[in-house]
Amino acid sequence: MSDRSNLRLAILGILVFSLLATLVARLFYLQVITGEEYRVAAANNTVREVVDPAVRGLILDQAGRPLVSNRTSIVVTIDRQELRSEPDDGEKVLRRLAKILGVTPDSISERLMPCGTEGAPKPPICWNGSTYQVVPVASDVDAQTALTIMEKRSEYPGVSAKLEAVREYSAPFGVNAAHILGYLGPVTEEQLALQEGSDAFDRLRKTDVVGRSGLEKYYDEQLRGKPSLTTLEVDTSGQVTGTLDQLPAVAGNYLVSTIDAKLQSEVEKQLVAAVQRAQAQGYPGDSGAAVVVDVRNGHILAMASYPTYDPSIWVGGVTQKQYKSLIKSDSLSSNAVQGLFAPGSTYKVVSTAAAGNEGYSLYSNYSCPKNVKLGTQVFRNYESSAYGRISLARALEVSCNTVFYGIADRMWETAGGNDATRDSDDPIAEAAKMFGFGSATGIDLPGESSGRVSSRAFKVQNWEAKRETWCANAVAGYPETRETDPKLADYYTALDKENCADGFRWREGDALNAAIGQGDTAVTPLQMAMAYAAIANGGTVYEPSLVKAVMAADGSVVERNTPTVKSTLDVPKSTINFLKKALPGVTSDGSGKTPFLGFPLDQIPVASKTGSAQVTGDKVSTSWFASYAPANKPRYAVVMMVTQGGTGSKTSGPSVRKIYEALFGVNGTNVDPSRSVLVDGAPSKKLPVIRPDGTPVTPKGKESGNVIATGAKN
Amino acid sequence: MARFYASTVSDAPMTGQAVHRAAYWRDLDWVLLIAAVALTTLGSVLVWSASRADLASESDPQSYLKRHLINVALALALGYIASRLNYRWLRAYTPILYGLSLVLLLMPFIPGVGVTIAGARAWIDVPGGFTLQPSEFMKIAVILMMSVLLSEKVDIESEPSARDVLLALAVAAVPIGIILIQNDTGTVLILGSIAVSIIAVSGVRTRWLVGLIGGSVMAILIAIQLGLLKEYQVARLTSFISPDADIGATAYNANQARIAIGGGGWSGAGLFEGPQTQGKFVPVNESDFIFTVSGEELGFIGSFLLIALLAVILWRAAVIAWKADDRYGRLVATGVLAWLAFQMFENIGMTLGIMPITGIPLPFVSAGGTSMMAVWIAIGLLQTVRLHEARAAM
Repeated sequence: MSDRSNLRLAILGILVFSLLATLVARLFYLQVITGEEYRVAAANNTVREVVDPAVRGLILDQAGRPLVSNRTSIVVTIDRQELRSEPDDGEKVLRRLAKILGVTPDSISERLMPCGTEGAPKPPICWNGSTYQVVPVASDVDAQTALTIMEKRSEYPGVSAKLEAVREYSAPFGVNAAHILGYLGPVTEEQLALQEGSDAFDRLRKTDVVGRSGLEKYYDEQLRGKPSLTTLEVDTSGQVTGTLDQLPAVAGNYLVSTIDAKLQSEVEKQLVAAVQRAQAQGYPGDSGAAVVVDVRNGHILAMASYPTYDPSIWVGGVTQKQYKSLIKSDSLSSNAVQGLFAPGSTYKVVSTAAAGNEGYSLYSNYSCPKNVKLGTQVFRNYESSAYGRISLARALEVSCNTVFYGIADRMWETAGGNDATRDSDDPIAEAAKMFGFGSATGIDLPGESSGRVSSRAFKVQNWEAKRETWCANAVAGYPETRETDPKLADYYTALDKENCADGFRWREGDALNAAIGQGDTAVTPLQMAMAYAAIANGGTVYEPSLVKAVMAADGSVVERNTPTVKSTLDVPKSTINFLKKALPGVTSDGSGKTPFLGFPLDQIPVASKTGSAQVTGDKVSTSWFASYAPANKPRYAVVMMVTQGGTGSKTSGPSVRKIYEALFGVNGTNVDPSRSVLVDGAPSKKLPVIRPDGTPVTPKGKESGNVIATGAKN
Repeated sequence: MARFYASTVSDAPMTGQAVHRAAYWRDLDWVLLIAAVALTTLGSVLVWSASRADLASESDPQSYLKRHLINVALALALGYIASRLNYRWLRAYTPILYGLSLVLLLMPFIPGVGVTIAGARAWIDVPGGFTLQPSEFMKIAVILMMSVLLSEKVDIESEPSARDVLLALAVAAVPIGIILIQNDTGTVLILGSIAVSIIAVSGVRTRWLVGLIGGSVMAILIAIQLGLLKEYQVARLTSFISPDADIGATAYNANQARIAIGGGGWSGAGLFEGPQTQGKFVPVNESDFIFTVSGEELGFIGSFLLIALLAVILWRAAVIAWKADDRYGRLVATGVLAWLAFQMFENIGMTLGIMPITGIPLPFVSAGGTSMMAVWIAIGLLQTVRLHEARAAM
């Protein structure tokens, strides 16, 4: 054979050998070196997960009465993709659907718009869920309507009706508790994005419903439970070829709240009564809050906010109209936890503690003139009058502002007066922080407000934030106001000029205002309740809690909430003893006397402090009544406030008295613990019993709350 | 055409039927035979695994396997017949075989006879529920016809004349043109490789060889430029260049194939246990994508064995070509070597994502009767060449 042929055959042989080697090398690379990622891809290819959400846990009151439970509801849903593939974008379908549901087509279509798109209404009306999820547009649809929809598939493309578990508010004793319980909504894209990459099987899925406020949100993970997960093996056509794995659902845990439904209902009623009392005096009485806390552990037994709304409005989603009215009534946020109000004279316990810490004698006499003048400014005794020289205890009883002005003025001068620096002493602000003001209480609710403590530090911060505006206004001189009222414009300009120059300075007037809970100080009613509870229990500021325990659906205890101490009052024992001795005098012989006339104070002494906090502008003062009882063996702290409600004594006081009557079983001057709204006269020490089928054992007879609840419904 | 009969290549002198028969069994290339049988057996197991899922719902889950085994039996018989042919007979009838193959190749164009599978109109219906792919036989016909033309010269050292080379090119070009029209790109590539290899080993001048290879590359480029290649043919080429760019139909195949193979790891998921295979995620995994079954279920070890068996066959083919005592035998063996090597590389390469996806089967392994028969005839032809040289050496 020719050499040329031999050479070429040899080359062909080498070529063939290289091809083989290439294949083996590539095979090794794919299978051995990078095999793992393909194994994962293969697993994803053939496996489909079917997820069924678990039954959401119930929320019980402290005695085991369900506050929130579940029921089934027929929900009508719309698949937007399918609807949009209709020739007219599904307009006809929507009109047809609206007609049989008895609503307007707009009220349906506004629910279908994804939040953030043009023309979409604001959350929570717009669709905040996932793009590929069917949108629920109506719940509690009657069976007949649902059947019509399901039978005439061609008339309702994309529309579907299914049975779904929704929240039910059994409202024992007509209890509302909307701000405590919260509500549910579809999971948001943000929440889904947060857990990006997680493949835990109990992670949130696009179709999930989650708590969006209140306990439903704060304890969402506990309440949600774990979905059942069936892992199916499928082929390319989606045909199921086998079941690989089945994880049963774990029902959501139950929350045992510290709230007592019967007490809560009473507190809600009394808050409304206080507001009505304010309105009867001709005041707006536009909002209010009430808190009842167990001083020994920080358990919130009742907490009400006015105005409120019906929590069941969220079941199946709200319409734009409903949401507008919710916003207009200003009832969505909790005044007890989120509202910030000037505390007024109830803050004097803080000033007293500061005085004690600064070495002022708590048992000396102080001058209580009609007013105090600082330059051109006159600081008056709002609630009180001139009493001459009186003891500090008496000053608290009659709520004499000028006594506290005097003390604050001396403290201000001691700290350096006008020459003080930002680091100089600020005894009242220090004391306020010990009581828990100016920082979140740590309650197990989302969105709590921290509040503000008027202080040197705050003035500096505030000045740094607002200086530019003040200085600009001082130069401009309020030209618009000047056209109508040159005098007011002059006043504003002078004020801003001063603020611009030394708005950071802790002036004498600031110190005086701070002593009586005015000025920049703002607190939540809950903070106030925790502060008075701390006085009552001898100096411990607890973190308030709304949940006593988390229990599994089978009745076992998952977690017991133990009281958490937020801070302790770093004051001499004598100061607390002084306050505990002085405050009952407010009720028996001071500004809180009138509402408690005829109350058996000999059996249940009540420690209290009234407040009528001034509000800027021409608004009526905020009515405060902070208290605890029994003063000799403190058990409960009760705080109530009504904005634009007048005095604490006249507006809130009578309602607080009613709450104590309910708590202790007071009838006239007779105290009968068996008549207390609390079963056995006190919050239950034991946790409720949950039957194997998941239903809680509730107190018997009229204590179950069912009779009243049913009555209220019908 | 008469000169075809004037062959003067010496046949071994026959000394009697008995001796002849004994020599046949003694001189057979047993390594080649055993490797081919082993590969065919392995292939049948893989076909069984791949087709089980399809037929799980039907009455006889083994029906596909049974049909495959009938094909294998037919193929073995044809292989035996091919190995029994002698050169003289073969050379004499090659033009007729070539002509018949061309006729068969044109039959898919006849309405009612032709069948289009996966976009290629390259099959014809045969009674009994079988389909035939004439292009498979065409490969044999081209190898034989080119070998005859290029080994015309008596003088073993002389090179083929320009006329012979042009004729040989024409022999390859005609079926290539027809198959191109039938959209069977893969077979075109294989036929091209066969033709270039045979011409190269025939000993033509290097200038011509370079011109031939250069011309082919130019032709392909021009075809793409002028849009003569269909869009999907170009897409196949580009999807191979960047397989992750899109998950269209072609890229889907490539992707699923690599998931299956990559998932196999060292030792594989086990026979009948591959999730990709049993879930039918890889299309046509009983024929063109059969290698994914071995990759996923038998892993690197099993697939290496499969490639090793193929390597043994190619090694024997190369040895037979090397030892051939005449140019005709060498060219036939070279043609078979090039055919099996490039087809194997293209088929396995496409499942591994290093070659474009084309519809050609893996020799000896894929289901598909025509391919099985053709490769076994090729084994028979290799044995014929081997027996011829053995007899010449006596």
